[in-house]
Amino acid sequence: MGVTRFTEEHEYVSAENGVGTVGITEYAQEQLGDIVFVELPSVGAKFHKGDEVAVVESVKAASEIYAPVGGTVTEINEALNGDPGLVNSDPTGSGWLFRITLDDAGELDTLMDGDAYAAHIA
Amino acid sequence: MAQSQIETAKEPLHTALFERHVALGGRMVDFAGYSLPVQYSGIVAEHLHTRKAASLFDVSHMGQVTVGGADFESTAGALEQLLPGDLFGLAPGEMRYTVLLNQSGGIEDDLIVTRPVEGQAPAGTLFIVVNAARKHHDVALMRNRLPGLDFTLHDDRALIALQGPQAADVLREFTDAPDRLGFMQSMPSTFDGADVQISRSGYTGEDGFEIAVSDADADRVAERLLSNPLVLPAGLGARDSLRLESGLCLYGHDMDDGIDPVSAGLLFAIGKHRRQAGGFAGADQVLEVLREGPAKKRVGIQFEGRMPVREGAELVGPDGEVIGRVTSGTFSPSLQAPIAMGYVPVGLAATGTTINATVRGKMVTGVVTKMPFVPQNYVRRAPGTQA
Repeated sequence: MGVTRFTEEHEYVSAENGVGTVGITEYAQEQLGDIVFVELPSVGAKFHKGDEVAVVESVKAASEIYAPVGGTVTEINEALNGDPGLVNSDPTGSGWLFRITLDDAGELDTLMDGDAYAAHIA
Repeated sequence: MAQSQIETAKEPLHTALFERHVALGGRMVDFAGYSLPVQYSGIVAEHLHTRKAASLFDVSHMGQVTVGGADFESTAGALEQLLPGDLFGLAPGEMRYTVLLNQSGGIEDDLIVTRPVEGQAPAGTLFIVVNAARKHHDVALMRNRLPGLDFTLHDDRALIALQGPQAADVLREFTDAPDRLGFMQSMPSTFDGADVQISRSGYTGEDGFEIAVSDADADRVAERLLSNPLVLPAGLGARDSLRLESGLCLYGHDMDDGIDPVSAGLLFAIGKHRRQAGGFAGADQVLEVLREGPAKKRVGIQFEGRMPVREGAELVGPDGEVIGRVTSGTFSPSLQAPIAMGYVPVGLAATGTTINATVRGKMVTGVVTKMPFVPQNYVRRAPGTQA
């Protein structure tokens, strides 16, 4: 049974079996508008919590994505290269960005749960 | 997620359409001191709708200036000291795009001068529309340099742009202006009882109109236009991507007070006979650049892939050397490709030249591309055929 946590910068991480799937929230995609390009990290790259790990670009602006947890990237969403609009249409499903190992599961506890995040964007 | 968008902090002004923007779901941002919608439904949708139907833009933040003088010749003659456009050649009801120059030939602003139709305004009256962020600066500069003329900046007047291939059909429901005006022509009219000045002009590359109207009547005009299902509201985001696809310069980005109009690729802003005769601010410098050729030129560049190459990105020449910077860049919704403008040495300015750019340390390959990136669709009429 997975657990989903949120950052103040509107990333989510859904953790299951020691791996986190990371993306941006529905609120974030709505704020960004039409996403035309996503720059993803390399598989195998290591990041600390808070490192800049990806960039999501709309027509208007580039937005950095920060690693919600530290770990090693195990998989990236290749479908976004051809169809970055998936981040708009399904940010928490097929519009995920990358998967990362959870080197310190305790880091999840420093993030917001769904209720806290809902309050954060209210 | 952190947005690298820069917005100003001062309390922004409202245009006459502010409440309507909010009611329509516009995402309001501060722009040139005004609270204006950057988008409603989304930049790409608004952009593409403008290219195929008609969109309504609030451009009331722009400076609408009335210039008064003794007669047409003296007003045009005085303005020609600062503007290199052929103002003497303006027929009644014609508009001219030109630039306001400083003593070094640098561009203080770009603007449009309109000569009213016969009998519309006192003899010696010309209308000028200037950029929002420059309007107070421009009026102060012109007042200072041209004390014989009278300048009035209208802060009680809105400007509504209706842009797109179906704009004429939409507007015809209210006025015969679409049948009487060609591109860059202007006339007074009435719109649902309101006195308006209608120009066939705009900054999207599409056919379209700009309607100057009192603040008091502005919302009614917008409401009537938007009641036509062909018309959707569009914001600053689409306005920017549309003008960039159309190869049109944005002041403060693609030109500024240190760039002359020849290097900026705005030769058409200088009247033909004035390229010989001079007689405008900075003429010595500008005409020298014209004779000798500029050292660098504004060019359009289309890049491979999808990664936007934005303002400030370094442009890199064939030997890996930095040759300039991007002055405007976006992802073109029409072409589905990154497009940009920037200044490069003339030796690298020819169409087809490979020019790379650096984005976040990565190299992206581009090619100098003839502008406009997307064909313009202006509706022209032969001079003097205005009905």
